Amino acid sequence: MADTYGERVPTVIVDDVDIVYRVNGTGAGRGTATAALGRILGGRRKAEARAGVRKVHAVRKVSFTAYKGEAIGLIGTNGSGKSTLLKAVAGLLPTENGRIFTHGQPSLLGVNAALMNDLTGERNVHLGGLAMGMSRDEVRERYDDIVGFSGINEKGDFITLPMRTYSSGMAARLRFSIAAAKDHDVLLIDEALATGDRSFQKRSETRIRELRKEAGTVFLVSHNNKSIRDTCDRVLWLERGELRMDGPTDQVLKEYEAFTNPNAGKAGTTQRPKQTKAAVPA
Amino acid sequence: MNGRRTPAVAPTPRAKAADVSQVLDTPPPPAAPAAPAEDPADLAARYGLTVSGARPTLPAYVRELWQRRHFITAFATAKLTSQYSQAKLGQVWQVMTPLLNAAVYYFIFGVLMDTKRNVPDYVPFLVTGVFVWTFTQSSVMAGTRAISGSLGLVRALHFPRASLPVSYCLQQLQQLLFSMCALIVILLCFGVPPTLSWVLVIPALTLQFTFNTGLALIMARMGAKTPDIAQLMPFLLRTWMYVSGVMWSIDKMLSGKDLPHIVLVVLQANPAAIYIDLMRFALIDSFRADQLPPHVWVWATGWALLSGVGGFIYFWKAEETYGRG
Repeated sequence: MADTYGERVPTVIVDDVDIVYRVNGTGAGRGTATAALGRILGGRRKAEARAGVRKVHAVRKVSFTAYKGEAIGLIGTNGSGKSTLLKAVAGLLPTENGRIFTHGQPSLLGVNAALMNDLTGERNVHLGGLAMGMSRDEVRERYDDIVGFSGINEKGDFITLPMRTYSSGMAARLRFSIAAAKDHDVLLIDEALATGDRSFQKRSETRIRELRKEAGTVFLVSHNNKSIRDTCDRVLWLERGELRMDGPTDQVLKEYEAFTNPNAGKAGTTQRPKQTKAAVPA
Repeated sequence: MNGRRTPAVAPTPRAKAADVSQVLDTPPPPAAPAAPAEDPADLAARYGLTVSGARPTLPAYVRELWQRRHFITAFATAKLTSQYSQAKLGQVWQVMTPLLNAAVYYFIFGVLMDTKRNVPDYVPFLVTGVFVWTFTQSSVMAGTRAISGSLGLVRALHFPRASLPVSYCLQQLQQLLFSMCALIVILLCFGVPPTLSWVLVIPALTLQFTFNTGLALIMARMGAKTPDIAQLMPFLLRTWMYVSGVMWSIDKMLSGKDLPHIVLVVLQANPAAIYIDLMRFALIDSFRADQLPPHVWVWATGWALLSGVGGFIYFWKAEETYGRG
């Protein structure tokens, strides 16, 4: 963070944001037909209170400002709201309270959902590119790069086969290659670094670094502390939907490692990050 | 409604228990070192940041949608081709499915119930009806599931959500064009001569496509909020089909019956019936202009505009909410 002197230009401002999921039919209430009818006839609030709909408060009162040129890591244990927050920044999930301001349209690195298993890899490259908002000419222009980067054709002409015939590693490589083909203003990456074999991982790390250079701001969600340390200079730590820490990578990771591995410090008792200093080598 | 009183806002013990993220102990208050002293909204305004995921204005939305036109067509084609890609006969099913459908209806309504008695060229009449009706029906069904069935896509990528219902309708249009090829063969086989009026197929289909898309957009918004509608639609659609004169001529059925005038008007103003009759008028020479309801082109255009424009605005109004749930 210390490298940005002079005027710092904000690219993402998250202002006191809450995100709540509503899940239908989880059966916390009575799962009978009459109960369902009651829900339909009753008001929405009442119905939700009767627990046909469960609310999951995934992100609570999170505020931060991201600046141009920063690479920000998001860490936290499973289900702490990292991906949810990322999706909200991308404008894909509505916020319950608070607002998120962004510079341009942040894009989430990922096209999985747009691809169709029954189509050939070739057509999926086109479809995925278009889904990300590239023009037809752009897709045509980058087609060879995408296929080359994915390495799908290294073992024969696989790109003209349907994606359902790919191994899971091959499919993941193709998906990453498509997703990484576009330049982004604000780039959001959700644990994409862990795809494919070792050589492909190396290639994708390099590509991410390139994307970082082109992008204004990068967010990276990962459980791999090493890749966070390699790529990010600032880290947000989310726990149970709340922003627990926000600061330079080394500092936050140290606390986080102490939290996730309390036995390294004093054994037994639940550790609060403020109480455990040192004990874990940075 | 029922005896149990539940406070509307205050969290009940059960609501709290359902709150999954509260299971563990509460963490200490967050540390926020880099918080700007300035009000976030002012800061955002100063650097020209915009609210993420906010609904664009209607003209901006139309522009965005137009920019995604290649995605819309590619998505429609991809869906269509992937539909039968596992079948041995592959794309042959594009033509086979509508033909088999028509054969079933012919067997029931033409042979068993003998509806064909007063209708000349019954097979072309029936097949045209079935194909045109199927276009509207499947567009509505696909529209209902367009958002609720593609939540993964909606939650992963940013694009104007109207792309999905429009794309699904386009897929149905492509499907119909396959059916039309089969239809032309049937028409020629049953001795219906090609005439200049076949050109009318183009405006009729354009209007019906606009109507279907509007309807699909409306259903997409409703289906996104209440997925249960997808369970209800088949019944509504079947009822609609039976009053739309797919298998019989409304004109012939009603002649000689003493029905109130209003019933006649409603049956004739039914958009599905109008588009079906227009297509029959265009294709079948024995289906004459006097069998069409009065002012049929005006009705057809009116329905298309009402549904198309109304549906688009209705869908756009909830643009920022799709993806929750």
